Amino acid sequence: MLPPQCTQFSSISIKTLRERVREDSDFLFKYVEEVYRAIERYEQRLRAYITLRPISEVIDDIENLVKHGKLGPLGGALVAVKDNISTKGIRTTCGSKMLENYVPPYDATAVSRIKNSGGVVIGKTNMDEFAMGSTTENSAFYPTLNPWDYGRVPGGSSGGSAVAVAACEATVSLGSDTGGSIRLPAAYTGIVGLKPTYGLVSRYGLVAYGSSLDQIGPMGRCVEDVAIVLNVISGHDPRDSTSLRVNVENFEKYVVDYPLKRYRVVVLEEMVSEGIDEKVMKIFNSTLDVLAKRDVTVEFRKMPLLHYSLPTYYIIAMAEASSNLARFDGLRYGTRSEAEGKLWVDAYRKTRMTGFGEEVKRRILLGTYVLSEGLYEGYYLKAAKVRRLLHQEFTKLFREYDAALSPTSPTLPPRLGEAIVDPIKLYSLDINTVPINLAGLPAISVPGGFAEGLPVGIQIFGPPLSEGFLLNIAKLIESGRSG
Amino acid sequence: MDSDVLIGLEVHVQITSLKTKLFCRCSCSYRENPPNTNVCPICLGLPGSLPVLNKRAIEKAVAVALALNSSISDKLLFVRKHYFYPDLPKNYQISQYDRYGLTPIATGGSVAIDVDGLNRVVRIRRINIEEDAGRIAYPEKSILGSRYALVDYNRAGIALLEIVTEPDLRTPREARVFLEKLGSILEHLEVADTSLEGAMRADANISVAGRPRVEIKNIGSPKDLEKALNYEVARQLNIVKSGGVIERETRHWIKERGITVASRVKELEGEYRYFPDPDLPPVPIGRELIEAIARSLPELPDQRARRIAKEYGVGDYMASVLVLHKKLCDHFENSSKVCGNPRLISSILINEFLRWVDEAGIDISSGIARLSTDRLCKLVQYFESGLISIKLLKEYVRIAVLEDINPEELRSKGLTTLGEESELERLVDEVLRENPKAVADSIRDPKAVNFLVGQVMKKTRGRADPKLVNEIIKRRLSEYGSK
Repeated sequence: MLPPQCTQFSSISIKTLRERVREDSDFLFKYVEEVYRAIERYEQRLRAYITLRPISEVIDDIENLVKHGKLGPLGGALVAVKDNISTKGIRTTCGSKMLENYVPPYDATAVSRIKNSGGVVIGKTNMDEFAMGSTTENSAFYPTLNPWDYGRVPGGSSGGSAVAVAACEATVSLGSDTGGSIRLPAAYTGIVGLKPTYGLVSRYGLVAYGSSLDQIGPMGRCVEDVAIVLNVISGHDPRDSTSLRVNVENFEKYVVDYPLKRYRVVVLEEMVSEGIDEKVMKIFNSTLDVLAKRDVTVEFRKMPLLHYSLPTYYIIAMAEASSNLARFDGLRYGTRSEAEGKLWVDAYRKTRMTGFGEEVKRRILLGTYVLSEGLYEGYYLKAAKVRRLLHQEFTKLFREYDAALSPTSPTLPPRLGEAIVDPIKLYSLDINTVPINLAGLPAISVPGGFAEGLPVGIQIFGPPLSEGFLLNIAKLIESGRSG
Repeated sequence: MDSDVLIGLEVHVQITSLKTKLFCRCSCSYRENPPNTNVCPICLGLPGSLPVLNKRAIEKAVAVALALNSSISDKLLFVRKHYFYPDLPKNYQISQYDRYGLTPIATGGSVAIDVDGLNRVVRIRRINIEEDAGRIAYPEKSILGSRYALVDYNRAGIALLEIVTEPDLRTPREARVFLEKLGSILEHLEVADTSLEGAMRADANISVAGRPRVEIKNIGSPKDLEKALNYEVARQLNIVKSGGVIERETRHWIKERGITVASRVKELEGEYRYFPDPDLPPVPIGRELIEAIARSLPELPDQRARRIAKEYGVGDYMASVLVLHKKLCDHFENSSKVCGNPRLISSILINEFLRWVDEAGIDISSGIARLSTDRLCKLVQYFESGLISIKLLKEYVRIAVLEDINPEELRSKGLTTLGEESELERLVDEVLRENPKAVADSIRDPKAVNFLVGQVMKKTRGRADPKLVNEIIKRRLSEYGSK
């Protein structure tokens, strides 16, 4: 089911697009015009983009692709790119005043792979500042609205990338996920979002938030689109030392309407107990029924260590953030505030005081605190230990199961301003998504159904490099769901 | 008094033998480039860029560790060391650390030095691999009076070895010899060309008479190290003598003025917020690699000194001085092979050549270019055939090094006698200075000149022409008389 902003034409999948273009070479241009019509009508309200490329530039790019026969696997798909992923010549703000006018001189590896595979960047999407947030309300520019209900948030931090796709203002998009930032907005906007195994997609060019947790991933209206984009962006990159040296599979072949094996999946009780909205739970249970009909065995297990995942996640993410964001001082690039004082620290202080938003400053301060002399062992080192344990627990778990299932978010999309006022409430939206980043596992959020007219996302996660089976299970849910 | 001095060094050596920087593909030779042209997104720390280790740096560091008898870690771990400074693009330096279960590439080890015949062993505490910073330039040459500062990042990211000693050095002279020896070891290993500007820098920790230690930063050469420490010993002893208190502080060596000055900004010890760099996974250092490097180690200074002493019969001390400078030692061996008389050559190089190189303020390589094997052999030949005295030989060395003049040219222009005469003039002046009363007598009574002539003849052991001596003295006296 698609939101009212979409038409049958504008909501076309990559595969269909490729087929139609083969029949009619002008189809692609008509499609671009259709997408820009949607943007013209809805973007003023939704505000999915921070920077939108003019249609003329996009058409030029497509003409080039057509002329050189390079439509490739993406077939001229319009790709919305989260604004923390570097794009050569297109400003990359990270949703922050600090980088309001920063134009990278290079493309992120994921972006150059998109371009080389027949994708065209249509624009840069709104996000919580430096990806810190779960609602996209922390953007320094404006919040993005949920296309299903303009009074609600689309989730975050990749809210702009989710909404651009959900409202058919793009074909597919790239998001980034540090603790749920792809999956949560995918769930809240009724689309599919995949957070790959840590190291499967190069982080080169992704402006770092929590380097050991961050992954770029695809977002799309269907499982198939997500698989196609994953094919393009995954694979070893010598420019990222944490990039895995694996031969990339063809993920598209997992997107079939039948189970590729007799799956054994597990539900961790901690992910479906505390604070879960009943309406969410109802959809989750109906999803389990859908899978049961496809010979999927579902079992329940406990993993008490999960109780520590939220504090562990925030200590590690904030510590890394405080370090990663140190470079923003206005000296080499970005916004600089002229300071009164004589010392260079005065200039830094002014720039960082005014250039960063409140949530960013909160996380830098907390991260600085946990790395301080005398506190390091009690916070960072302990969190690193819990993280190792969590990794071991998941390793053991996935010796018995192919995948695990949970609601992506414990709640329906919050109303605007509802979550942002209370950091603890805001952080707890990530309760089911952060353990996956801590363990470096792949996870996908796929629509499970609707409650009160709002989409509910189902999270499927598995052992490292199990993306293929996750896509297969997601496809079973996609084709099996009732509404 | 000297026994009360304790000196420890932190030496930073650029691995100049690498082709590229430590974490990117920018060139290692940056000295000729216009500012900010030897840079890329990685060494500029642009958002989203990631470091990729130059693995050749490991081999170089392992070779150094082996040469210093240090124990080598089984893995390479990088940490981020945070401090805000304009020359540091990311506002953290990728470095190594020895706490929290982390380890530098090597620990322990020692260097033996021979200081004017006294043998000492200086213990090494640890060896780090880290990245260099950029350079700050002030329009008015100094921070004082400059309205702005400029930063050049060409040097940022060059691979550095930080070699830290225990406080085992007792005199500024020992510190100098240690640094020369260390530089020579690195040159023999072909790790670094320490003659390049800024390729080897030292920070010294010095404690005088049991008082708190003072750190002196920004010392660029062994010669400056000795000067800075001499200055610092004198400064601190003065304070102690006058009943003052020496505070633990950081001072900077100002080469141009020959003094140390207190740093304006207090360094926050222990607030570097070290933590493992999540962008750089540990790199194992295999035993096989270490063994292979050990097998291919070249002849090192100590072995070379033993060989030279035996092979050329120059004596242990001379040999130990020669090997302090690889190029000097190479020059010695080459020249000795070409023109024989190694004892004369070693004496010329150590007693004359080094002194004039120091005086001319040039490096040893430039000095060698001026006193090439060709020129040196000519001089030895002239001396051996009785054409020139040992005094004139020395004079020629002085002129060759200071003025870059070929001795053959000097001779063919008939400068031999002039040289002899200038040598005589020097002796005459000496005698006149030593005998003010006889000078006064001679001005009044020309007969009294004979006493002065006798004194000069005594100095030349009867080898000078008395008529010439008489003439010179009379000329000098008439000059005095006219004043």
